[in-house]
Amino acid sequence: MDALDLARWQFAVTTLYHFLFVPLTIGLAWFLVGFQTAWYRSGDERWLRLTRFFGKLFLINFAIGVVTGIVQEFQFGMNWSAYSRYVGDIFGAPLAIEGLAAFFVESTFLGLWIFGWDHLKPKVHLATIWLVALGTCASAYFILAANSWMQHPVGYRLNPVTHRAEMTSIFKVLTNPTLIRAFGHTIAAAGLTASMLVLGVTAWHLRKGRSTELFAPVVRIALWATLAAGIVTALLGHAQGQLMTKEQPMKMAAAEALYTTESGAHFSLFALGPWERRPSKNLVNIAIPHGLSILADNSWSGTVEGINDIQATYAKEYGPGNYKPIIGVTYWTFRIMTGLGFLAVLFAAAGLWLARKPGRLERSSLYLKLAVLGIALPMVANLTGWLFTEMGRQPWVVQGLLLTSQAVSPTVSAWSVGLTLAGFTLLYGVLAAIEAKLMARAVKAGPDPEGAYEPEAPGDEKTRAIPALTY
Amino acid sequence: MLALTTSHGYWNLQTLWFFLIGVLWIGYFVLEGFDFGVGMLLPLTGRSTEERTTLIRTIGPVWDGNEVWLLVAGGATFAAFPGWYASLFSGFYLALFLVLVALIVRGIAIEYRNKRPEEEWRRRWDFTLAGSSAVAALLWGVAFANVVAGVPTDAHGQVTASLLDLLNPYALFGGVTTLVLFAFHGALFLGLRTRGELEERARRQAEALALPAALLVLGFLAWTYVNAVNAHDKGVVPGIIPIAAACLPFVAGALVRARKPGWAFAATAGAIALVTLTLFLNLYPRVLVSSTSNAFSPTIFTTSSSHYTLTVMTIVAVLFTPIVLMYQAWSYWVFRARLGDPDAVRSPGELLARTPLGKHSE
Repeated sequence: MDALDLARWQFAVTTLYHFLFVPLTIGLAWFLVGFQTAWYRSGDERWLRLTRFFGKLFLINFAIGVVTGIVQEFQFGMNWSAYSRYVGDIFGAPLAIEGLAAFFVESTFLGLWIFGWDHLKPKVHLATIWLVALGTCASAYFILAANSWMQHPVGYRLNPVTHRAEMTSIFKVLTNPTLIRAFGHTIAAAGLTASMLVLGVTAWHLRKGRSTELFAPVVRIALWATLAAGIVTALLGHAQGQLMTKEQPMKMAAAEALYTTESGAHFSLFALGPWERRPSKNLVNIAIPHGLSILADNSWSGTVEGINDIQATYAKEYGPGNYKPIIGVTYWTFRIMTGLGFLAVLFAAAGLWLARKPGRLERSSLYLKLAVLGIALPMVANLTGWLFTEMGRQPWVVQGLLLTSQAVSPTVSAWSVGLTLAGFTLLYGVLAAIEAKLMARAVKAGPDPEGAYEPEAPGDEKTRAIPALTY
Repeated sequence: MLALTTSHGYWNLQTLWFFLIGVLWIGYFVLEGFDFGVGMLLPLTGRSTEERTTLIRTIGPVWDGNEVWLLVAGGATFAAFPGWYASLFSGFYLALFLVLVALIVRGIAIEYRNKRPEEEWRRRWDFTLAGSSAVAALLWGVAFANVVAGVPTDAHGQVTASLLDLLNPYALFGGVTTLVLFAFHGALFLGLRTRGELEERARRQAEALALPAALLVLGFLAWTYVNAVNAHDKGVVPGIIPIAAACLPFVAGALVRARKPGWAFAATAGAIALVTLTLFLNLYPRVLVSSTSNAFSPTIFTTSSSHYTLTVMTIVAVLFTPIVLMYQAWSYWVFRARLGDPDAVRSPGELLARTPLGKHSE
């Protein structure tokens, strides 16, 4: 393996790992907003217990998201210095804006939220969690602005003197059509991820018969949230796919293993090929007639370009070379992502069906057990989604502008990249083990008991305050 | 302001952004400097797990916000000087990897330490926090000393130095300087944020650290000056800024003995700011010094973004920076109360502001 391969592995390991935690954080922040707002408005202690219980899970996740986020910013310069030079004029701006406009908000107001329970007025304290939730979304927006520019570069020109891309319109970069869809899809997926975590955690408690009075209503909230977020994720993903057919036709064709351009193209359900050799046809393909044309173009016999034809066009446009991604990866990651998304929607619908009659869902041991396993569904979908998005763009790092092979740092040896890859993998593995144990522990410990925040004796001011959320 | 050009001279957007990035680093070192210090001093100042809980609590609400200054400094460098960002981050590859590991471990230590009640769990994270804080504080000094003193590069300003090249005597001296200066700064911070026995102990530690910190800063600045003279760097005069930078730690030592901890803390903050500024002035208009040939040193003009991007970034900075400073200052104000014996953790502000739980104004 050379430095390029190792740098790609490093990017995949660190980024996918980071993205295990990010969607949970974004989605859970909105659950906390909902619970705490409900407590503020009703004064009902149950909402407060929920806020603090899920708040603990949120914080255990947030910590890993924060510390692995620094690596995300640094590794562009460390492993991809040629890329950084080439696109920094455009790509750097959203990253810097993210820091200034979003990270400061998240970190400062999260500190105020954790430690401010007994320092701030309830209304001000409620505002801090709203700001954290808004901050995480703003953060996602700017990061996706940077990534969307790699998928579909807009608002730039190529400087003939410096041979670098230069920004001509920040407005176009921040309103990239790819970005608008990717943002909606990602936030909805984050909502789905958090909803299924809340569902799984409450299901675990219901099955053990613990805190039933507290969790029975939450299970219904989580089911509706899963259903809604799942449907929105799918619809926005569909809109993304239609746009991608125009902007990145190779990625879409690779997602479908569609080799020849077709009118009334089939939607493939199961395909195999000798993909390690980047072939020009499938060995096996089971497909729904006209399915892909309907998905890609909303029409019965719309034309969808095939991999071989796009390859020929690109070779003419960019010079000789292989412009196909690894079809097996794009084809199967796309299917795992969408398949798990649909499964989540069906699972939520089944749960809502069970929940029609009071007590029935709570007694369905099988459903509650499956709900715990279901926590993993959206997480795997999130990871395969990013694998698809990034690997489907290969061999480009910036679609049509810069190849990944030209982007790597020229002065960093394979030995160095290998060492840091091993280092990060080891460190991240240890952290994952610690975090999983802490999560399980916090879930098992359950919410604070009823009346935990009541004053011990009437008029005893000292015991009235809610302590900081440190453990 | 926006009429600034992107040509040579002083009145241009590159110079503005070079010093804005300097300001971001100053913000980072002044703020995270004391939370590095608190981390390093943890096993010395806190003799029991409970005491260390109190000490960590002084930085608990603010450390993450402090670290964002680093992320913004990195992002701003990427946006305003992509060539600088690319050369620096790929050139200091293994050193930055070690910084990243230290910062990751440190953040997790602070956040996970209180997630379990066992003595053993907490003790382990306390020592992890102390070690990782010391490593990070040391490495930042090593890195900045190398940037200023120069590292081997090729003709395109790409760094060709190995990790061992970076561990030269001057850079290690710089590392020890930041280590001790941040420890001193942290002790002064603890003196302001704790009460009783902890406050007394932190004050004694600040007194003990004052002279070593002052001598190290003086030595480091003198060595920097000698290096600059030897390299025939233009414009390096021991002007008012490095002289003030060298004096302030002594002043801080005198103030802490005179029982003026607030002023002493302001003096170390000033010292950290002025040492950082000295290094940036020494660099300007280069962004990285090539020890191979000064002609290879990349400058703000050879590494910068386009005029359009710099203009956009200037507008963004003007809009957001004052807001950030306001709410970050507010968060320090909210958590201003001293922490000490367990039943006195409440702030005066809370007594004024709070209404009882569940009975808030409807």
